[in-house]
Amino acid sequence: MREKAIDVAIIGSGPAGMAAAISAKQAGAEDVLLIDREIEEGGILNQCIHNGFGTQIFRKDLTGPEYVHFFAEKVMASNVKVWNDTMVLELTPEREIYAISPERGMVKIKARSVVLAMGCRERPRGAINIPGDRPSGVYTAGTVQRLINIEGYMPGERFVILGSGDIGMIMARRVTLEGGRVERVVEILPYLSGLRRNYSQCIVDYNIPLQLSHTVVRINGRKHLESVTIAKVDEKRKPIAGTEETIPADTLILSVGLIPENELSKQAGVLIDPLTGGPYVDESMQTNIPGIFAAGNVVHVYDLVDWVSKAGELAGRSAGKYAVKHKEESRRKIRLLPGKNVHHIVPQFFDPLSLEEGEQKIQFRVTKPFETTVKVSMIGNNNKKVKERILRYARPSEMIEINIPQSIIGSLSRVKTLSIDVEEVKNA
Amino acid sequence: MPEKEEITKLICIMCPMGCELKVLHKGKDVLKVEGNGCPLGIKFAKEELTNPKRVIITTVQVEGGLYPLVPVRSEKPVPKSVFFKILEELRKVKVKAPLKFHQVVLKNAMNTGVNIITTRALPKA
Repeated sequence: MREKAIDVAIIGSGPAGMAAAISAKQAGAEDVLLIDREIEEGGILNQCIHNGFGTQIFRKDLTGPEYVHFFAEKVMASNVKVWNDTMVLELTPEREIYAISPERGMVKIKARSVVLAMGCRERPRGAINIPGDRPSGVYTAGTVQRLINIEGYMPGERFVILGSGDIGMIMARRVTLEGGRVERVVEILPYLSGLRRNYSQCIVDYNIPLQLSHTVVRINGRKHLESVTIAKVDEKRKPIAGTEETIPADTLILSVGLIPENELSKQAGVLIDPLTGGPYVDESMQTNIPGIFAAGNVVHVYDLVDWVSKAGELAGRSAGKYAVKHKEESRRKIRLLPGKNVHHIVPQFFDPLSLEEGEQKIQFRVTKPFETTVKVSMIGNNNKKVKERILRYARPSEMIEINIPQSIIGSLSRVKTLSIDVEEVKNA
Repeated sequence: MPEKEEITKLICIMCPMGCELKVLHKGKDVLKVEGNGCPLGIKFAKEELTNPKRVIITTVQVEGGLYPLVPVRSEKPVPKSVFFKILEELRKVKVKAPLKFHQVVLKNAMNTGVNIITTRALPKA
């Protein structure tokens, strides 16, 4: 398998990932790699052909593809490596990424820092348990958006849309513009769940009937969807018997929420907040795993893409700084010095980052025999003892091996030399 | 008969804030706008009462492209009165790949003086 070492690897080239790549570069990281499973950068924005993006960052009202265009230009200008058509299969806590693509086959990428920017996915029918038949013709809003805007297919003629989120309302307009008929938009909550401007320009503009406090209670149709039964709900969102209405339709669009996409994060041991569905992060967007950062909808679902990019910028900057520091650390070698009663030590130099891989072993000989208990101390040039070990005896004729445990990595951050002393333990 | 003063409620669509506007007007004369977070709200209210406009956003067919469609938009908002007529025209448009970013696919749509342009570059398949 091909192996590649990199400063910062970013998984996902949507708005969060692209912004992260640019700012990681600006923070001084040399080798920044942006990985995405699609054949081009931009993520889901490529299918969001409507406008309303970029008012915060570009001070312009852009469509999704335009927003991608301007960001992709910046990515290009920043000399970020872009690997498209590349699927990340696994991420380890040691920041190793296993990725596969038709062009490169299977590659193992060792990154000094990682930014998780996988975005989110839509809640499917199964997540909301709508009873009824299981016909074709039931889609999530994003799927319909992709079919209509990218693939060039119109999935039906008569639509019912469940959910008044932005995607639901935008798809109501899109379907109408493509000659479809939106029979109803139903929202379980007593209020709209998307932006007011979308209600105005997507629903009101086209006289699309929208019902609040209503939900789909049954999906009907043997092979293909034939109709959808809706009902009014009470304050507890329970359907009220006797309020059912059956609406003939061939397509049901579900726009019922988004969930952060964290399969890879979990593999790497990243802890997930059950309230957001995304990783716990600190102010630098670092997760509980050192060197693994996260940004955008993978952390929590945003309303505006501009905010996603801003979160990406922060995570990218943090990941860039982390990688630079990590690189400096890796160039740093700690000199191991023979101290009291020690003749020599091997190795003479020691890379503190090697402890990331596991404990390290060192060997030495004493200058004279000790037949009683001795104490071996490892002391930094800052006079701090980082490790101590007791031996029953020590003889010049027998080489001594001790380990440097992984746990002391933190206490070595400013240490330049470590000396090893061997002393008799009095009153033993 | 002189027109009466009245209040119309609008939701501004100039940005994602979606300010709720209270527009005091006499027919098409806007007297006062309340609830707007920025000057764009006043501009929107005036236009909405006289000649409401929307940006057209759709796709047109592409021959030999990476995808069978390319997303397009009107450079500027166009009057609602010709909105669907322009959409009809766009259904007949078929362009050839490769396409440049912001390439014109329909000039001066329905004599509005507004061009319809691509919102992405599209390479050949």
